[in-house]
Amino acid sequence: MLELIIVSTLNGVLYGMLLFLMASGLTLIFSMMGVLNFAHASFYMLGAFFGYQLSRALGFWPALLIAPVLVGAIGAAVERYGLRTVHRHGHVAELLFTFGLAFVIEEVVQMLWGRLPVDYRVPPTLDFTAFTIFSTNYPAYKLFELLTAIAIFAVLLLVLTRTRAGLIIQAALTHPDMVAMLGHNVPRVFMLAFGVGTGLAAVAGVIAGPALVTQSNMAGLLGPILFVVVVVGGLGSLAGAFAASLLIGLVQTFAVAMNVSLADLLALFGARLAPDAFFAEITQVTVAQIAPIMPYLLLVLILIFRPRGLFGTRET
Amino acid sequence: MSEPLLRVRDLHAYYGKSHILHGVDLEVAAGEIVAILGRNGAGRSTTLKAIMGDVPPQGSVAFRGAGIAGRKPYEIARLGLGYVPEDRAIFPTLTVAQNLILGRKRGNRAPRFGFEQTYQLFPRLQERADTAAGVLSGGEQQMLTICRTLMGDPDLIMIDEPTEGLAPQMVTRVGELLREIAGRGIAILLVEQKLAIALDVAHRLYVMGHGRMVFEGTPADLRANEAVRREWLEV
Repeated sequence: MLELIIVSTLNGVLYGMLLFLMASGLTLIFSMMGVLNFAHASFYMLGAFFGYQLSRALGFWPALLIAPVLVGAIGAAVERYGLRTVHRHGHVAELLFTFGLAFVIEEVVQMLWGRLPVDYRVPPTLDFTAFTIFSTNYPAYKLFELLTAIAIFAVLLLVLTRTRAGLIIQAALTHPDMVAMLGHNVPRVFMLAFGVGTGLAAVAGVIAGPALVTQSNMAGLLGPILFVVVVVGGLGSLAGAFAASLLIGLVQTFAVAMNVSLADLLALFGARLAPDAFFAEITQVTVAQIAPIMPYLLLVLILIFRPRGLFGTRET
Repeated sequence: MSEPLLRVRDLHAYYGKSHILHGVDLEVAAGEIVAILGRNGAGRSTTLKAIMGDVPPQGSVAFRGAGIAGRKPYEIARLGLGYVPEDRAIFPTLTVAQNLILGRKRGNRAPRFGFEQTYQLFPRLQERADTAAGVLSGGEQQMLTICRTLMGDPDLIMIDEPTEGLAPQMVTRVGELLREIAGRGIAILLVEQKLAIALDVAHRLYVMGHGRMVFEGTPADLRANEAVRREWLEV
C-alpha cells in the first residue's frame, strides 16, 4: 500500500509537471490575448516529432535544445503573421484560426511521419533504474523528466518576476496601452511570449515523447486535458494552472492504480447485490476503469461550484 | 520664435462616428508649462490621446519638427513624449519600484529623473518601494504614475487631471512637483479642471470648448478676461 502511494505520487507529480509545462504557456497566452489557443497541444506534438527527428540525426541532448527553439520560432511566426492579423476580426475569428491550425499541424505531421507511432526511445544515457522502492524500479528517465519540468518552472518564475521582460509581460496583461505609452513595443513582447509558450509545450513534447507514444494523434489526446487544467486552475492564473496540473496529475495516476469498485465498497458494509440485479454491472466498474473521465468530472464540478476556477479572478 | 517642441495643427479625432476634435491648434515650447482648461467633454483628454496616438489623429502633429501623427504610441514615447493618463493606470500587482523600472526605456541610463530624484522628492515612495502599487493611496498613486513616466526621461510630459480626487494638501504637492519638473527643463502639457492651480503653475493657458481652442493666453490674460471664464469654464 505504501509502495503504491509513493510510486503513484511520484508519477502523479511527474504527469502534473508535464501538464504544467504546457498549461503555463497556454494560460499566459490566454491572459495576453484573451483567447484560448486550441493549437497549443499541437505545438507539444511538434516538439515530440522534432525531438524524434533531431535526436536521430544529432542525438537526444542537442534535440532537447534545438527542437523547442524551432517550435518556439514557428509559434512566434504564427502569432506575428497569423493571429495578429486575425485579431482585428475579434475573438471568434481567433478561436477558429487556432482550431484550424490544430488540424493543419496534425495533417502535416501525418504527411511527414505517417499515422503510426514513430520509434522515439529513451536515450541510452538515461535508460537505467534510478532507485528501487520496495519492489518497484523507478526509471531514471522519469526522474529526468520531473527535474527538467521543475527546472523550467523555476526559470519561468524567475523570468516573470525578476526580469524586465517579465515585468513588461505582467504589466501588459492588465494595462497593455499604458505599457506601450511608456515606450515598450507590446506586440513584440506578446510575440516573444507566444514563442516562449509554444517552446515550453515543445519541451514537454521532447521529453514526454519517449515515455509516451509519439504519434499523430497525441495532440488530440492531450488537448482536452490541457483545457481542463486551465479552466480548473482559473483562466489566466499561473498559480492556478500549477495547482490544477498537480491535482489532475495526482487524481489520474491514483485513480488508475485503484482497483476498487462500488460493489467492493458496498461489500464493506455487508451489502451484496445479486449478480443479476439491476445496475449490478455498473457497481462492478473499478475506479481505474473510469480514471480517464476523472478530469472531466472535475471540470464539470468546478464549473458548477466555482466557475472562475481555483485561483481565477475573471468571471468567464 | 524658433520651432516649438510640440506643434499641433488642425487636429481632428473621432470616437467611432462621433467627431470629438474639430481642428485643434496648439503649441508647447521647450521647458514650458502649458495648461488646457475646459469643461468635461470639451475634448481635452482626447487631445492628449490623439497626440500620443492612443486615439487615431487626423491632422498635423509635429514633435521636435518631425511629424508623429499615425505613428504607434510606443514609438512616440521613445521619441521623448511622456503621457500620464487620467485613470493613472498603475500596475497594481507590481511593486512601487517595479512600476518605476517599467517607466525606464532601454538604453537610457541617466534620466533627469531617476530613482534617486524620485525618492528624494517623495520619501514616501521609497518607504513603500516593495509594496504592491495597488494598495497605495490615491495621492501616492498619482505621484507614482507621474514619476514612472518621468523615469523614461521625456522632453515633454502630458498629464491628464493630476489633481482629480486629491486632498487639498496633495494638490499643493502636485503643484510643487510640476514646477520641479519644469525646473529640470522638461516641458509640461497639463489638462486641468481646477482653475486656481492652472493659473498658478502654467506659463500659458488654452481654453477648450466643443472640440477646439476658444482662448489662448497667459494666466494674466485669462484673469482679465471674465467673458471667457464665464462662457467656457464656470459651471
